[in-house]
Formats: sequence, C-alpha cells, structure tokens
Amino acid sequence: MIGLSLEHVSHTFDGPDVVRNVSLAVNAGEVACLLGPSGCGKTTLLRLAAGLEVLQRGRIAISERVVADGDAGLHTLPEDRRVGLMFQDYALFPHLTVFDNIAFGLSDRLRKRRRWVRVALERVGLADEASSYPHTLSGGQQQRTALLRALAPEPEVLLLDEPFSGLDVTRRASVREQTLGLLREAGIATLIVCHDPEEAMFMADHLLVMDAGEILQHGTPAEIYLHPANAFVAALFGPLNRLVASVSGGRVDTPLGRFDAPGLAEGAAARVLIRPEGLVVGPVANGATVTVVSARLLGRSSHLRLAVPGIDEPLQALVPGVFLPEPGTPVSADANRDHSFVFAAD
Amino acid sequence: METYTAGTRSAVAVRAVRRPRVSGWTAGALLVAGLIAVPLLAVIYLALAPSEDIWPHLVSTVLPRYVSTTFGLMLGVGLCTLAIGVGTAWLVTMTRFPGSRLFEVGLLLPLAMPAYIIAYVYADMLEYAGPVQGFLRQVFGWASPRDYWFPEIRSLGGAITMMSLVLYPYVYLLSRAAFLEQSVCVLEVSRTLGENPWRSFFRVALPLARPAVVVGVSLVLMETLNDFGTVDYFAVPTFTLGIYDVWLNMNSTSGAAQLAVVMLVVVLMLISAERLARRGQRYHHTSTRYRALPSVRLSGVRAVSAFLACLMPVAFGFAIPGGVLLAYAIETAPVTTGGSFIAYAVNSLTLSVGAAALAVAVGLFLAYGIRLGGGPVLRAATRFAGIGYAVPGAVLAIGVIIPFAGLDNAVDGLMRRTFGVSTGLVLSGTLFTLVFAYVVRFLALSLGTVEAGLARITIGMDGAARTLGLGPGRTLAAIHLPMMKGSILTAAILVFVDGMKELPMTMLLRPFNFDTLATYVHQFASSELLEECALGALAIVAAGILPVIALSLTIRQSRPGAKAAKSRATAATPVAIPAEP
Repeated sequence: MIGLSLEHVSHTFDGPDVVRNVSLAVNAGEVACLLGPSGCGKTTLLRLAAGLEVLQRGRIAISERVVADGDAGLHTLPEDRRVGLMFQDYALFPHLTVFDNIAFGLSDRLRKRRRWVRVALERVGLADEASSYPHTLSGGQQQRTALLRALAPEPEVLLLDEPFSGLDVTRRASVREQTLGLLREAGIATLIVCHDPEEAMFMADHLLVMDAGEILQHGTPAEIYLHPANAFVAALFGPLNRLVASVSGGRVDTPLGRFDAPGLAEGAAARVLIRPEGLVVGPVANGATVTVVSARLLGRSSHLRLAVPGIDEPLQALVPGVFLPEPGTPVSADANRDHSFVFAAD
Repeated sequence: METYTAGTRSAVAVRAVRRPRVSGWTAGALLVAGLIAVPLLAVIYLALAPSEDIWPHLVSTVLPRYVSTTFGLMLGVGLCTLAIGVGTAWLVTMTRFPGSRLFEVGLLLPLAMPAYIIAYVYADMLEYAGPVQGFLRQVFGWASPRDYWFPEIRSLGGAITMMSLVLYPYVYLLSRAAFLEQSVCVLEVSRTLGENPWRSFFRVALPLARPAVVVGVSLVLMETLNDFGTVDYFAVPTFTLGIYDVWLNMNSTSGAAQLAVVMLVVVLMLISAERLARRGQRYHHTSTRYRALPSVRLSGVRAVSAFLACLMPVAFGFAIPGGVLLAYAIETAPVTTGGSFIAYAVNSLTLSVGAAALAVAVGLFLAYGIRLGGGPVLRAATRFAGIGYAVPGAVLAIGVIIPFAGLDNAVDGLMRRTFGVSTGLVLSGTLFTLVFAYVVRFLALSLGTVEAGLARITIGMDGAARTLGLGPGRTLAAIHLPMMKGSILTAAILVFVDGMKELPMTMLLRPFNFDTLATYVHQFASSELLEECALGALAIVAAGILPVIALSLTIRQSRPGAKAAKSRATAATPVAIPAEP
C-alpha cells in the first residue's frame, strides 16, 4: 500500500516556484529520503505533506486517500491528516514534561496508548526522564522525545525534517541506528529530509535527489551512488576529480585512459568525473604513471594528491588502509569505471 | 492513480476546507482593529471638516502661548531626562560605588509616581504657606515675600522639574540596556587607542547608545504631551490644557479637535523619530558574546558624588514625596478611610480591571490573528490601532466622544421618529465609553507584550500541535496560553496600572458625579486639600509599584554576570516599555 504520494506538486511563495512538478510515492514500511542542498524546497514539500502549507497545484494522498488537491481546492487540516512530523529543532513544548509531550497527541480514544508511551520511554532509555522538562534533556534525549511524540498517535505517515542535524557527530551514529529501529517497527511510510548524503544512504530504502525545487533522480542509494544521472547528483556524495576532453568515436581519451561516452555527440566537450575512492593507485606497472605530491593518513584510509602529466590540478585519491609513499614517488593510477562518470561539459 | 478511495474517516470530508480568501479570525481582527482606530480617525475627520473655524480666534489669542509653552516644556523635560537618565545609567552600569547595585533597581522607583501627584506634594511643600518657606522665614527672620526670593513652583520650570523627576526612568532603562548590550571590547579598544574613560564614553559608548536614548526620550515626550494634572495644577498653558479650555469653556468641539490634530502631528513626528531610532538599533548589535563588564570601582570623592547623583533622583522623585504622602495619610487616616475613599477606590479598580481584561483579550485576539497569517492589511490596521498609546489622552477623549455622541443622537432620532420615544444618551457619559477609551489608549501595551510572548513560541510548535491533532483554537489553549501566562499577566498589570493613574481622559469622559481615585485626588489637591486625599494618592503610587517590581526582575536577570534565567514558560517579562509597536 502506498503510504504517501505526491502527484505533480508545485508551490510558490510569491515568486518563482520553490517546488516544481514533484511526484513521489512512499510505501508503508518504507523509508524515503529527500536529499538536496538547503533551500532546494525539500522542507516545503514536508510542510505541504503535513498540511502546514496549503497546496497550490497537484495532489497529495495519504494511505491512498486524497488529503489535498490544489486544483479542486481541497485542503485537509493538519490535525486530520494522521501524519507525524518531527521538526529540525524538535519544537518540544517547554511547559510540558517528557511524558506529557509524548502523550500530547493521544486523545481519549487513544488512552490505552499511554501504556505504549511508558514502554517506549523504557525502550529508548528515557524512563527516568518521564517527568523532566525538555530544557533539562540532552540533544539526543530531546530528539528521541520528539520522535516518540510524532509516533505516539500512530500516524500513517511520518515526516522527519533533518532529524539528526541537532546532534553532535559522535552521537549521530547510535541515534540513527535507534531511529531506524523504531521506524521499521512502526511499519509506516517515512519521508526524511536531509542534506547529509551519508545519513541519507544509511536511512533510506529509496533516495530522491532534489535541487531547485525539482527531483533530479530517484532510486536505491546504490543506484544513485553508482549511476548518478548528472554531475550535480554525482557531486552530492563528495568532492570529485574533474577531467575535460572531447568525444571521439563514442569515447573520450584522458591521461588516465579511455572512457566510454555513450550518448554524447561526436566532437562535443565531455567532463569525466572520478571519485577519489575510484582511483586505484599501485606500484608502477599498468595504468598511467603519476607522481605523488602529498600523502596523508586519515585513519581508515589514506589521502593522496597525485600530479598527472597533462592535468593542471593534482588529482585526489582515497586509498584504503595505510599507504603513504614519499612525495615524488612515481606510482600508477587507474580509474575504476564504476566510480567514474562521463557527462557533457556545460 | 484514479483508485484512491474516499476518506476512511468521515471527519475528513467535513473538515477538509476550501481556504477562504479571508478567514473568520482575520475578519474579526480587522473589525476590532477598525473599532479601536475609530477615535483617531474621528479626530482627523473633524479637524479636516470643521463646522466652525475658530483658528483665527485661537491664533490671535492663546495659540502662540500654547505652542511656545508646549515646546518649552518638551525641550526642558527632554534635556533634563536625557541628562539624569543617561548619567545614572552610565554610573550604575560602568562603575561600582557603595549602593550602586541597589540604585540599579531603585532608580526605577519614580516611575511609580504620576507627575501630577508629585506636583501636588511639592506645591504643598514649597509654596508661600508651605513648610519649607515657613522654615526659612523662621530661621532668617523674613516677614514677607518681598524680603527674599524663592523659586515659584507653579511655573513652566516647576512643571519641567516635576515631569523630569518621574519620567527620567524611561531614558535610564533604555540607555542602561544599551550600555549593557554594547560590546565592552569596543570601549577597551577606545582605551587602548589612548582615550580616557570619559572621552571613551562621549566618543564611543554614547554614540552607540544613541538609538536607545532617542527611543527613551521620545517616550518621555509622549508622556509629557499627555500630562494634564501637572499643567492644570500649575496653570501652565500647554496644548492639552488648551483642548480642555476650548472644549469645556469655549464649548467648541471642533476647535478642540483642531488643536488635537496639531498635537497629533507632533506625536506622529515623535513616533517616526522613535521608529527610525529603533531601526537603527538593529545595526548596532555587534557582538552576541558576553564579556564581563569591567566596572570601575570608585572611591573617595568620586564615590560620594556618584552616590549623590543617583540618590537625588530617587529621593526627589520618589522617597520625599512618598514620605510626605505617607505622613499625611497616617495623620488623616481616621477621617479619610471612610465611605467615599472606598467608593473611589472601587470605581478605579472596576475601571482598571475592566480595561485590563478587555485590552488583554483584544491584544491576544489581534496578535493571534497576525500569527495565523492575517496578512498585510490586518498588520497595518493593528499597527494603526496601537498608535493610541502615543496620542495624548485629551486628543483621544475627543475622538471617543464625537462618534459615540453621534451614534447616540442617531439612535435617539431614529427611536423618536419611529416610536416617539427618546432614548437619550445611551453610550456617551457611561462607564463603557471610559473603558473603551482606556482600551484604545493602552492597547499598545497589551498588544506589544502579548506579541513578544507569542514570538518566543517558535512556529514549529504550532505545526507540532497541529500535526498531533489539535485545531487552532485548541492549540491556543494547550500550547500558547500556558506558555504565555507570564506575558499575559504582565500585559494585564501594565494596563491596570496605567488605568489607575489615568487622569486626562477620565476627567473628560467620566459619567456625571463619577470619581476615580485619580480625579478625586486631582480635585482635592486643586482645592489645597492635599492632606485629605493623601491616602488616595498613595494608593495610586502603590499600584504603580507593580510594574516597577516586574521591571526590576528583568533588570536582575540582565545584570552583568547573571545568567539569563532559563525559566521555562514563565517568560522573562519583556521590558514593557510602552513601545508603540
């Protein structure tokens, strides 16, 4: 069953569209992640889905019942949509205890869910804080409180706005794990907005890349990482080595070898993008011979800068493990074709 | 995907709404804001469409005096409050001397004293028959007024002194906040560049604080224009007095309205000055980081001078007149605590409580309307309605009485024509008129405070409550009201206290034979019966202490080194300077 679907949604705040003809569907039990730079319209999409903005064009359905239709002027109020929304700053009610915050959305009908609140607090390790006020909690505790508050009324759709951005880096991994556990268990359609690609890949069953109000590409995290639709999508996952060459015979020749350029016109300028982790560096044997400019150990991997004849900027390579050749050492470099992408230069 | 089923919950079908162009709340808020604006519009209308032209008469007789006296008063009060306010603020924020911490709060006390009350007290003390001159005559053996010179308290200079003594706290409060806010580093840079503390003050600190000081002085000047009691008692012919004279003695409403419009122009100029200054203030926030203020420890002569400089405003503006009133009140208590005092007190309380409740309700309604997305029209209408606070009471009184009387006459005429019954005056001269006038004048206080309280509740909380199943009304009840308790209480207290002190509008609009503490004190004091009404005056001052306490709490929280109290929900009372919003 489709938990949340948006069809041809566009939105404007007295100016150019901040969301342009966006369609997406999230199945129940699935986590979808909207990934994009800040200001690309992803938070607006979330607010439209929650009913906090009135839909202007398109259609939104929750559990296959239409809740908003821009053309028909239909707008179901947020309190009637059965969506849970967690805000970036959590928006916990400062005058209510942790327990009362979580139980806030439970009407009398849902009184038996109060037991669920107790159990849930126990599970996330907040049982002792049930009667504390939000400002006494740590960031992680606030995040868990906000998440439980959104889940408590058993929404059909859960919307999370940058759920981990308020946490410090060391706590993020464990909180992510726990959050994912709670989501899987709830079995509801979840739409997450974030700008951290690693986070998105960790959380998402389905990834949607957004820029300037439009969805550029969607698919599994692996599909998008390995087959980015364009240079923007490719660059989302980190810095890239960029080589420029022209197409000849359906291919481009670069100092690092020959790359297929399917679909590009003969003679057109092409851009070859190679992820640093896609550069295979080894003893001089096969591949192009390059010179080490610098080598730094990052921990799990080593970062190398390589001078390539015919290219102005040194290339960057990420090599697993400890690999620290002296500057000036000649090595061979080859591009892993899975991590290299050819697009038309613009 | 044409297979979507209809809503599983019937409520959805019902509650799903087509968004109307103007929501009910916005429409209601517009209506209320419009009603509040009626008096202002009435004055402007009346002045533009005069039924009789008394200008030539006014210009040839009293107008020049009104103009020169009013501007003289404003200039004098402005300069005096500037000197006292900025000077004491600088002393208590940047230096330490015995009692400096106490003065930080104590310097606010004169705010509790209405100018007219200290005017009665000082006139009583300093006039020819008063204790001070009597004492001097006794000591020096003078026999008649020709033997010595003594300043005449019932004069322009006297009025300037009285008003400055009780109005300087506005300037003090705002400059103190500005001094605390500005980065100490800037001052230190000035010191390292070779300027001594005094020159640093004049070249760096004061220019940086200028916007705040301008705001403070504009507030002082608005209060000055509003004053009726002092100038009436001292017979200083200002515009406010002129309006009374033209209206009550010359019986010319439109003439009074024409004078009122002149005042309105002055007020609008003050408001613009204040606005501009507030806008400038935003650029002056240079650092958000807190650096402990290096307070210079004063000793010897300097410490004594600083102590005296801070003591004098408090003593003359509060302690001495308060003490005199207390002594009189105790002396006359057996006579004055009887029936009429209780009756006046009940009148004052009824009016002020009613006005406070209504002003808070209206303020809440309008502020919430804006928050719900009322749009630019509502925003502008609300701003206009808030101007009432800057408009002198005498001007507003005219604006209130004209439409009310018009309405009464229309109703009366209609009833007589259709039923042959005369309804007489239904609204004019009733308590309702007075409460309405209070609300129009004090709305800015409640609106500003409530808005500040609402602003602290992030918009995300509204969204959270809505997605958790609460409608706008229940969100207000479950989230906003509990979180705003503090602000609402502050707003109510501010309006209540201003209502207790109110004199000019009450004099003009009160029902026949109806007296509040303020009007009763004014009438008794004007008949040289200060002792008899001292208890009433003291009651007004006691009420005025309430906001001083609220302000001193914020002062304590903002004191250097004091952690901004992270109180949940209780909301640090926004310093409720009656900033016209």
